[in-house]
Amino acid sequence: MSTPENTPENEPQEGFVDPGLADHRPRRADVEPKANKRAERQVAALFGLSVVGTVIALWAYFTKDAGDGGDVATIQSVNMWIGLGIALAMAGIGFGAIHWAKTLMRDHEMVEERHELRSSDEAREGAIQNLKDGAEDSGIGSTGTKRRSVLKGSLITAVAIAPLAVLVPQIGNMGGDWNISKFRHTLWGPGVRLARDPDGELIKASDVTMGSVFHVIPEGLNDLDHHHKMVEKAKAVVLLVRLDPADMKPVAGREDWSFDGIIAYSKICTHVGCPVALYEQQTHHLLCPCHQSTFDVADGAKVVFGPAKRPLPQLPIAVDDEGYIVAQNDFDEPIGASYWDRLKGDGSSADVEEGSH
Amino acid sequence: MHALAKKRHHKAAPLLLVVVLLALITAIGAFSATSATATSEASADDIADGERLFAANCASCHGLDAEGQDGVAPSLVGVGAAAVDFQVGTGRMPMQASGPQAPAKPVQFTQEEINQLAGWVASLGAGPAIPTAEQVDPALGDAANGMEVFRTNCAMCHGSIGGGGALTQGKFAPSLLETTPTHLYEAMLTGPQSMPVFNDANVTPEHKRDVIAYIDAQRAGSPGGLSLGAIGPVSEGLWAWLLLLGLIIASTVWVGARSS
Amino acid sequence: MGAKVNSAAAGTANYVDERTSIGGFVKFFARKLFPDHWSFMLGEIALYAFIILLLSGVFLTAFFVPSMTEVHYEGPYETMHGVAMTEAFASTLKTSFEVPGGLLIRQIHHWSALLFVAAIMTHMCRVFFTGAFRKPRELNWLIGFSLMVLALAAGFTGYSLPDDVLSGNGLRIIDGVIKGIPLIGTYISYWLFGGEYPGVDIIPRLFTAHILIVPALILALIGLHLFLVFLHKHTQYPGGGKTHKNVVGLPLFPVYTAKAGGFFFVVFAIVALVASVFTINPVWNYGPYDPSPVSAGTQPDWYILFVDGALRLMPGWLFGLPLEWEILGYTISWNILIPSLIIPGIFFAIIALYPWIEAWATGDKGERHVLDRPRNVPVRTGIGVAMIMFYVLLVIEGSNDIVASLFHLSLNDITIFLQWAIFIIPPLSFWITKRICMGLQRKDRELVLHGHESGTIVRHENGEYIEVHTPLDEQEVWLRVNYPNHKPLEIADEFNDRGVRRKGYKWDRFKQKLSRFYYEERVEPVTWEEYQEALHHHDHGPSAQGEAEAAEAQQADAQLTNEWDKQDKAGAADK
Repeated sequence: MSTPENTPENEPQEGFVDPGLADHRPRRADVEPKANKRAERQVAALFGLSVVGTVIALWAYFTKDAGDGGDVATIQSVNMWIGLGIALAMAGIGFGAIHWAKTLMRDHEMVEERHELRSSDEAREGAIQNLKDGAEDSGIGSTGTKRRSVLKGSLITAVAIAPLAVLVPQIGNMGGDWNISKFRHTLWGPGVRLARDPDGELIKASDVTMGSVFHVIPEGLNDLDHHHKMVEKAKAVVLLVRLDPADMKPVAGREDWSFDGIIAYSKICTHVGCPVALYEQQTHHLLCPCHQSTFDVADGAKVVFGPAKRPLPQLPIAVDDEGYIVAQNDFDEPIGASYWDRLKGDGSSADVEEGSH
Repeated sequence: MHALAKKRHHKAAPLLLVVVLLALITAIGAFSATSATATSEASADDIADGERLFAANCASCHGLDAEGQDGVAPSLVGVGAAAVDFQVGTGRMPMQASGPQAPAKPVQFTQEEINQLAGWVASLGAGPAIPTAEQVDPALGDAANGMEVFRTNCAMCHGSIGGGGALTQGKFAPSLLETTPTHLYEAMLTGPQSMPVFNDANVTPEHKRDVIAYIDAQRAGSPGGLSLGAIGPVSEGLWAWLLLLGLIIASTVWVGARSS
Repeated sequence: MGAKVNSAAAGTANYVDERTSIGGFVKFFARKLFPDHWSFMLGEIALYAFIILLLSGVFLTAFFVPSMTEVHYEGPYETMHGVAMTEAFASTLKTSFEVPGGLLIRQIHHWSALLFVAAIMTHMCRVFFTGAFRKPRELNWLIGFSLMVLALAAGFTGYSLPDDVLSGNGLRIIDGVIKGIPLIGTYISYWLFGGEYPGVDIIPRLFTAHILIVPALILALIGLHLFLVFLHKHTQYPGGGKTHKNVVGLPLFPVYTAKAGGFFFVVFAIVALVASVFTINPVWNYGPYDPSPVSAGTQPDWYILFVDGALRLMPGWLFGLPLEWEILGYTISWNILIPSLIIPGIFFAIIALYPWIEAWATGDKGERHVLDRPRNVPVRTGIGVAMIMFYVLLVIEGSNDIVASLFHLSLNDITIFLQWAIFIIPPLSFWITKRICMGLQRKDRELVLHGHESGTIVRHENGEYIEVHTPLDEQEVWLRVNYPNHKPLEIADEFNDRGVRRKGYKWDRFKQKLSRFYYEERVEPVTWEEYQEALHHHDHGPSAQGEAEAAEAQQADAQLTNEWDKQDKAGAADK
């Protein structure tokens, strides 16, 4: 060490003397034969209690399995009695064994010396010598007469890149098609009707009365297979509300995206992607239950509180000839949580994606 | 063992007390009473009585003609009998003090008086009526469909089985576990306070009854035992620390203590 | 009979020993000593919770189907009739409702998972506050830390397996956090989910992690952790006869075989008791996963709450400035990265590296086997309390909606309050804890120098009243004077005699600053000289005359009390 370290006093202070171990206080069971016998009986009783617990658990299992499983009370009772039986069976053994140890086994403390963990100098030297000898034998030791640097270099290279042979295909397979531009697209598109979540009933403009909130999926979502339904639903869910047009602040460029106070926003939070669903109809605030980002539906779904930064993406809607609400288009930005290249144009990759469908 | 218990008693006592208290609170919460209300048509006499009751108890805020006052109370023209039955029947109205929202309180009127009030308000303009007993009968509903409707439209505020939850700025979605089927139906239909309206095009009358059946199914309790408030992992975590780890640490103190 | 058993045992022992030389191990382990203290059993709770997890987990795998294939529920539970769900969810319902005792095992498994992490953290706190991480145990601290992280991983992967709405939304949050990682986030998300979220691969993948990879690592590290405990021998609390060179305790066989072995059954019993009475993770309430619904009270299990709390605490806009930046068309979400990755990263790094940080400040190179009393290391104790407060505040923020509805508060107010509190309360609690510790140290000095207050007041002949102090016995004195009195490091000058700048000066300077932070302000233990002076020259020291007076006063006191008691009884009888 180049620096003189200030190794503090850890030895006992001069003058004071270690008084040694405190006097051992005998237990009642050590001195009174009666107490000793009593402790023994107690331990045996506890072990006996454990047997009772086992019997209770087995009794519950064999007699209480009467219902068809749909009856809450039956499940509760099976659950409780088997559980209490197990608890008693375990508690009897545990408390019995510990009580035994505490009352009848040795409680006079013993002392054992510690040894420094550091190996002896001799052992260390021996270890170093063995390693040196081994290195010498293999020829990789830098002090050796035959310095096999080519060998060393090629071995390191081979070992370093060999895992790629395993990892690249494995990891490559795990990511599906790796086409991350799919984030940009949802099932919404020109003319796609809005349907009620979860049953898929179509929604007419006249259904959406003042103060209503509809949880919405695109028409046809329920026809997809389970996998695609989940993936698409995770992106496409929308919240449809109607408020007094007088309360709404217009957003530039989106004047015709709503219909007579009926307005639709993505339900996926722009923070980390929870479904934002707590709509307070009086304040027009939309609260996310996960991290409490609050959006003002009357003001372009701007963030008024919480960790989100961006407004919820708006779904442009219109009403078709039959009175059903339809999307004018897909969202004009990726929905949900922010990610690194969400603002990068999707030009070519989008075409590829469209083609592959 | 007795002497031992005596000696260690004082150390475990506070913990035991906490455990017993917590267990009591849970037990009390688990037993919830339910009741049902009857509905009846309002006669002309009833409407006249209702008007008098309104003038005496409601008009100071809502105005004698029930058209409301800006910033004080909303107009009640067209809210329908269902809204009155819900607001007055759960004690939310008359409001006692201004706050983030009007909470449920002990009901101030008899059901007959409520019906009279509702009859008068309904006579002011067309609005949703009080549902019939059949419309709200949980036995006629499909609890499984109710589960799907509930979790899509209700669970985000009221919690997965209707235990309630917090909204912004001190407002809250109340627990539904003690709400009568009629009041549940009326709340969906009228959208009281912060709650949005779920009209019959959004949640059909059958679906509303399914939701009521789902809430009713929760009254049987949880198959796993006491439900710890059914508010999710936070209460589970709290109990894991206080009760589970607490009991175990109490037993380590016993294990580590010298026998007398 | 006894002789027969004995000879059979001897025969078996001989057979095994000739093939394994196990005799040496048994000789080494059987009478190994362990100090007796309740706080030394906290790690054991974690170990036993893990064993319960393994046992119950094996049972659960017999019924769980880790598949995301869609089925329609045909089981008996009313509110699920005909509902579309994955096989993972359906098999969880089946385990709960159709396997007698299956729900119990699920609940035992989940409760012990919560207990496992809680016990690990409590154990870490004990090790931290008593300084049990010091040389030679730094590596074992690191292993324990890794076990804690693995426990979180085990918990989270298991929590997600039933494929219910609650855990599904948790996974979606994880997905959102991962996507927030610059450059590669979206690809990590694809890698994890096998394509777009949620896909159909995540449950089988989490299953493999949950039942194979993570438990295998935990098992291996527990083995290493315990091996090092045996190698180092257990630490002990300070006291007479306990030094850095010995260990005082009771032997593994039979005392700890019975105590620790029995304790496993006690832990199992308490877990079973709780699991038989209290519901945990009622997935049938949440329903099968669907990306649209969400319920109030959407939270992770408690051990992940601190991350959720950090995510809630971080505003998206700070004083009108956005915390999501768009630079050259690329998006960096500080509102996600800081709370979910950077803060937990720093927090965990400090925990992992703490033994070395303190060693730099202390400059201590020796093996330390006697534990510190927390008061004797005020800065460390303060740091520990500050970190616990920081963690607890995040947990409270993670539960702010529950707190809000329970206490009728506004969750917005709670969040705003905690946004300030997170900067104020941890430093404040550091300072208060340090003060309390130093106060306790001064109290110790006081006790050593002046003895216990006996509560007996004596009047001297000159009319002066004094309280008689009884001196401490030698064990009490030893406990209070025998602790390391660390002083700030002294380092060599920046330039040597020839004016050349010394290598490594900056590093030394850093260590010195750290050391001053730790030890500049300190209460030194009573020295022998002070002690002697107090004994001989102190006015209200325990002189022979004083003791006689004290005895007299006590006698009078007892008499008086007796009288009062009699009066009280008489009064009670009258009534």
